[in-house]
Amino acid sequence: MSWLVWTRCLTLTKGLIDKIESIGLWTYQSIERIGFAMRLFWDSFYWLIVGRRYKQKVRLRQVVEQIRVNGFDALPIVMALSFVVGMMLSIQLLYALSDFGAESQVLLAIAKSVTREFSPLITGIIVAGRSGAAIAARIGSQVVSQEIDALKVIGVVPVRYLVLPPLLGLIISMPLLVIAADAMAIFGGAIFSVADLNMSISAYMVESLNVLVIGDLMQGLVKSVVFGVIIVLVGATTGFHVTGGAEGVGKATTTAVVISISFIVLADMIASYFLTQ
Amino acid sequence: MSSANKNDDSSQMNHKKTMSNETVIKVKDLVTHYGQRKILDGVNFEVKKGEIRVVMGGSGSGKSTLLWHMLGLYEPTQGQIELLGKDMHTISFNEQLKLKQDIGVSFQSGALFSSMTVGDNVALPLREFTDLDENTIRIISRMKLEVVNLGGFHKLMPSQLSGGMIKRAALARAIVLDPKLLFFDEPSAGLDPVVASEIDDLILSLRDTMGMSMVVVTHELDSAFKIADRITVLDKGKNLITGSVEEIQKSDNKRVMDLLQRRSRHDKLNPSEYLRRLTQENYTLT
Repeated sequence: MSWLVWTRCLTLTKGLIDKIESIGLWTYQSIERIGFAMRLFWDSFYWLIVGRRYKQKVRLRQVVEQIRVNGFDALPIVMALSFVVGMMLSIQLLYALSDFGAESQVLLAIAKSVTREFSPLITGIIVAGRSGAAIAARIGSQVVSQEIDALKVIGVVPVRYLVLPPLLGLIISMPLLVIAADAMAIFGGAIFSVADLNMSISAYMVESLNVLVIGDLMQGLVKSVVFGVIIVLVGATTGFHVTGGAEGVGKATTTAVVISISFIVLADMIASYFLTQ
Repeated sequence: MSSANKNDDSSQMNHKKTMSNETVIKVKDLVTHYGQRKILDGVNFEVKKGEIRVVMGGSGSGKSTLLWHMLGLYEPTQGQIELLGKDMHTISFNEQLKLKQDIGVSFQSGALFSSMTVGDNVALPLREFTDLDENTIRIISRMKLEVVNLGGFHKLMPSQLSGGMIKRAALARAIVLDPKLLFFDEPSAGLDPVVASEIDDLILSLRDTMGMSMVVVTHELDSAFKIADRITVLDKGKNLITGSVEEIQKSDNKRVMDLLQRRSRHDKLNPSEYLRRLTQENYTLT
C-alpha cells in the first residue's frame, strides 16, 4: 500500500517539476523574444542613421510602398469601423446620460473618448490584423525559403531591408489613420445624436472640434505611433523565429496577431495612465 | 574520339593553365555544433584559385553546414575560415561588405525573392552596391540572364519558372557582380538529367570564361565527376578523403566505396542494443 502511495507521490512530483520546467522555458523564450524585438528596434534606427555610410541606404520608394500597403489600403476599413463605433458610442451614451438629463454631454463624451481612446485602439487592432499578420507571414516565408540567408550573403542587412521600411511606414501612417478614424467616429456619433440634441450635423462637428483640446488629439496620435511600432516589432520577431515550413508560417501569423493585440491593449492602458496624469 | 570528348579535353587543358597555386579558401580545424550536436569535427579544406572543388557526402555528413559556415552565416565553435585571405568573423563591417561582393551563392532552392521579378532579383545586388544608373543596371542584369540562357525571362515572377530555370536565375543573380568565388548548394538536385547537365556545363563555362573559383556541394555523382577538379568527401563531420576524380574513384576506403556504389550504410543490427535504445528514458538521435 505504502509503495503505491510512494509511486503516486513520485509521479505527481515529476509532473510538477515538468510543469515548472515548461513555465521556466516559456519565460526564458518570452524574455529572449522581447530582447530580440528591442534589438530590431535599435538596429532599425541604427541603420536609418548610419546606413548611407555602409551602403545600406533606406529606399524612400520602399517606405512609400509600405505607407500605401499598411496605411492607405487600410483606410476604408478603419473609416467604416470607426463610423460604426461612433454610432455605437452615441447610442450607449444617450441611453446612459438620459437618466441624469445630461444628453447634451454626449457630444463632449464622444469627442474625448474617441480621440483619446477608441480611434487609436480600433485602428491598432485593425492594422495588427492586416499588417502584423502580413509582416510575420512575409518574413516567415522568407526565412523558410532561404531568402533571408540570400540577403545576408549578398551583403544586405535584413533589418534594414525588411523591418525598417514597414516600421517607418507605420510610424507615418498610423497617426494619419487615427485622424481619419477620429473624424469618422465623431461623424458616426453625430448621425445618431443630432436629432436628440436638436443640432445640425455641421454644427455638431464644429462643436466637437471646439470642445477638443490639442492634448486630446495628441494622446491618440502618440498612442498610434506606439501601436505601429508594436505591430511591426511583433510581426517581424515572430516572422524571424519561424521554424517548420508552411505550418510554422501559419502559426507565426496567428501568434503575431494575438500578441500584437495583447500588447496594444496593455500599452494602451499604460499610456492612458501616464498621459492623463 | 567524339567531338564532345574533344571539347571536354580542350576545356580541361585551358583550365590547367588558369588554375594557380594561390589559395582562395582556407578552412582550418573547423568544429561546429547545432545545440549539443557536433556537426563538423576538425575539417580542413583548401581551394586554389580557378579550382572547382566538389564537396560530397551522405545526408547529415555536414556538407551543407560546411557551406553555411564558409559563407559566414554561422559562427564556428572552433577553427578558422578564410575567404580571399580574410576571416569573415574578424573583419570590419565594411570589409565584410567588400568581401561579400566577391562572393556569389546559388542556393538549393534558388532563394529568389518571390515578391520581385526575375530581372529585379538579378539587379538587386547592382542596385544596392553600385552607383550605376538604372539603364546600365537593366542591361547588365539582362546580360547575366543571357549567360544562363534565360534571356527574355526578366519580367516573369519566380513562381512562373520551372525548377531548372529558378536555379539558373539564382546563378545569374550570384554572378551579377562578377564574384571571384562562387558557391553552389546542390545545383542539380531535383532536376532531370538533361537540365542537370546544362547546369554542369554552365558551371564549367563560368570557370573557364571568368576564372572563378567554386565550391559545389552535391551528392549527384555524375555531376561531381563531370565538373570537379578535386573532390572532398565528408563523413560524420570529418574530412574522409580529398583528391582528384580519379583518386576518389580508385579509393579503397569502404565509406567512399559505399557512397560511389550507392550501397546502404546500415550497420548490422544488434538486437539487444536496439531494444535498449528504444526503451531508454532519454531517447535521442544516435
